[in-house]
Amino acid sequence: MAVLVSTTINGDAVEFACEPDETLLDVLRNRLGLTGSKEGCATGDCGACSVEVDGRLICSCLMLGVEAEDREIETVEGMADGATLHPLQTKFIEHAALQCGVCTPGFLVAAKALLAKNPDPSEEEIRFGLAGNLCRCTGYDKIVRAVQDAAKEMRGA
Amino acid sequence: MPLDSTFTGQSFKSVGTRPLRPDGIDKVTGRAKYGADHNVAGQLVGRILRSPHAHAKIRSIDTSKAEKLAGVKAVITAADLPDLTNGDSGMFDILDNCMARTKVFYDGHAVAAVAAIDAHTAKAALKLIKVDYEILPHVTEVDEAVKPKAPILHKNCFTEGVEPKPTKPSNIAKVTEFGHGDVEAGFAEADFIVERNFKTEQTHQGYIEPHACVASVSPDGTGELWVCTQGHFVYRNHCAMLLGMDVSKLRVTSSEIGGGFGGKTHVWAEPVALALSRKANRPVKLVMTREEVFRASGPTSATSIDVKIGIKKDGTITAGSAELRYASGPYLSMWAELGAMTSFACYDLKNVKTRGYEVLVNRPKSAAYRAPSAPMAAFAVESVVDELAKKIGKDPLEVRIQNAAKQGTKSSYGPVYGPIGIGATLEAAKKHPHMSAPLGPNQGRGYACGFWFNFGGQTCTDINVGQDGTVTLTVGTVDVGGSRASLALCVAEELGIPYNQVKAIVADTSSLGHNDMTDGSRGTFSSSMAGIFAARNAVAILKERAAKMWEIPVDDVSWEDGHAKAVGEKYGNLAPLSLKDIAAAAANTGGPIAGHAEIVADGAGVSFATHICDVEVDPETGRSVIKRYTVIQDAGKAVHPTYVEGQYQGGAAQGIGWALNEEYIYGKDGRLQNAGFLDYRIPVCSDLPMIDTQILEIPNPNHPYGVRGVGETSIVPPIATIANAMSNAFGVRMTHVPMSPPRVLKALEAAAKS
Repeated sequence: MAVLVSTTINGDAVEFACEPDETLLDVLRNRLGLTGSKEGCATGDCGACSVEVDGRLICSCLMLGVEAEDREIETVEGMADGATLHPLQTKFIEHAALQCGVCTPGFLVAAKALLAKNPDPSEEEIRFGLAGNLCRCTGYDKIVRAVQDAAKEMRGA
Repeated sequence: MPLDSTFTGQSFKSVGTRPLRPDGIDKVTGRAKYGADHNVAGQLVGRILRSPHAHAKIRSIDTSKAEKLAGVKAVITAADLPDLTNGDSGMFDILDNCMARTKVFYDGHAVAAVAAIDAHTAKAALKLIKVDYEILPHVTEVDEAVKPKAPILHKNCFTEGVEPKPTKPSNIAKVTEFGHGDVEAGFAEADFIVERNFKTEQTHQGYIEPHACVASVSPDGTGELWVCTQGHFVYRNHCAMLLGMDVSKLRVTSSEIGGGFGGKTHVWAEPVALALSRKANRPVKLVMTREEVFRASGPTSATSIDVKIGIKKDGTITAGSAELRYASGPYLSMWAELGAMTSFACYDLKNVKTRGYEVLVNRPKSAAYRAPSAPMAAFAVESVVDELAKKIGKDPLEVRIQNAAKQGTKSSYGPVYGPIGIGATLEAAKKHPHMSAPLGPNQGRGYACGFWFNFGGQTCTDINVGQDGTVTLTVGTVDVGGSRASLALCVAEELGIPYNQVKAIVADTSSLGHNDMTDGSRGTFSSSMAGIFAARNAVAILKERAAKMWEIPVDDVSWEDGHAKAVGEKYGNLAPLSLKDIAAAAANTGGPIAGHAEIVADGAGVSFATHICDVEVDPETGRSVIKRYTVIQDAGKAVHPTYVEGQYQGGAAQGIGWALNEEYIYGKDGRLQNAGFLDYRIPVCSDLPMIDTQILEIPNPNHPYGVRGVGETSIVPPIATIANAMSNAFGVRMTHVPMSPPRVLKALEAAAKS
């Protein structure tokens, strides 16, 4: 039996119906057309499905859709302000912090959550802050540099 | 002129710059569509039933209950994929791997599939399919599989490549041999000889995006396939053959690809999805789970390699030989052959001999993984070279420089080298600041070299000039990591226009002629060559149009900096015409302006690299940490240096994972025990340091801009580099990869005892 859920996604009030065993990731991708969040593993190991729920970074493959009731969910689709990219998005492109790009949405969401908590992270703090996200293309070097550069810009330094 | 691939030595305006990639915004906003992001009206969900056994006969499959389940629209078995391969054994193996016919050969081998209205129903239907198996003895380890009493996978497998042809079947499908000179005479000249066995475990490419496709077949015999692939034209050919469709009636569109590294060069689920769609008369979406990717796509070979090298006290290597056994999965492949070809390719040897054994085992069919087969062979050879250098008391880097291949060297696999970069990368390593940086306690520094052939192949490219003078570059090589930017740079260079005036796209199979896969580091090499040729053809037309506009002979028109110029004092009053001017007038001068090129891109220049690594080993736990890593590699010409660096760094990171952590672990029951990213651990951000890169540019004489492939070589040296660093850290030679904490601890304990 499908359950009706009311929630907020990227600032918009959203209603959807889902089965009790559907993950939030399934709902985002299959019911709401928000395919920016990716399924790389479905076991919480790769971070490609990272979203923020009430400001907390989670793997959306590990949360049920019905648990989204009355929550505030932020996905990669909500990061840019219209045509203005979030500084992390800009820096990821500038630093070539993506090759294939499939892990990129998860990294951006995780990096945004990291910088919200720690606006001036050390390299080590960035590396541990992003350790829940797998990238197989870049070796992480350019990702770390992009996050450092974005953090600097966001601090107005 | 248009098809002349000779290196011109020109100076560049666009090539070598670092503009933003054209697909960047789509990829940071979530708009880019990957394999699983596509949906079509009326689509069903496909799922595959897989064997839980490593080796078994299929006595029967009963699908009747599954077919009766409400919401199930099609159930298929091998009977729905009849053998249309007409004696092509390679294609038959692909068919058999997509859907087992009489036997299953590995844990995860597909035996049936369903298409249903939703995922719940599809999963429930799989549980209703009853397969009656007769379980057979299995063998998953390469050195076990070659033993005389090993369970035989194929009773009709008689080793190819040996004379006389064997009368008994075995698991050695093929033997290949390379080399020249007289290795026994060479070993007799040596002052020291080292002979060792090296083992590497099976690893997976580990792309983050699982295989995904949407297939749609119509009753009129036409079909559409949306798929993440490194080569949609090859997928089209394979799927059309296996399904009995006309190639021209199957349109394949490549999605954005979430990593491939060789693992998306091969069809697995796609023919199944097409067969389901054909039977159900509905589109079918089929997405592999991560567990399926590990169990049933194409990891690389596990290997066992015996290497013997002789050296004189003065540092001259007198002979090298290697016997290389590569696990191939259940079907014949060429992985040992590539190992045998690449193993000694860095060196100028008088006497060299290698033999590769393709060994069949009850594991998934091995596929290409970035410079396939070379990293394992390099691990074995580069470890022994390091050991020999120590025996004669010389710097291992100097010994490599002394024996390095150079222009004119007859390579160990046959061809004579043109201008190559092995010597230059070694000299650059010698001068690199990394070499003189101090080391801390429990730390060691190592270095190693690597080689990869690079590949060219069939390539077809179009250029179309829009009415506003902007240019669409249409290529058929899938963009796996930024090639649309590098290809647009080359075409902008050739046309003499800004990068932003060129938009590169990857076309579907109905919009362009055949293109081989993006493999063998060929994407930028071959499509840039075809793009440059297409641009030259377009320039010829642009000059004709300018001549018409001016009403002068075309021979009096030249093309410079994106403009047609009238040559000669008599035309002094004719202002140059820009590409935009000519495009605007096209309707009145002959219609659309385009350039095409269809080529086999020959002359992919071989590629060499030298890596330097500092490793720290914790003597209590055996855990190793990479403290510093440097990649030095020849790019020929770095078209977009930032993305070249990215290829160097990515390959090194994969090699580090391979060296330290990653391995397929099979139980005695022949089942894969770590089919997930938790237990098959690839490096995460906190595992790695920054990875320094140094790009060398030794032009490839066979490409107009000197470009060589850059994608693969970077994964070749890391295993050997780290093993050599470990040996220097604690004085023990590591011979079994991955060098995981338990193995390192065992080696440390063994060393302490001796």
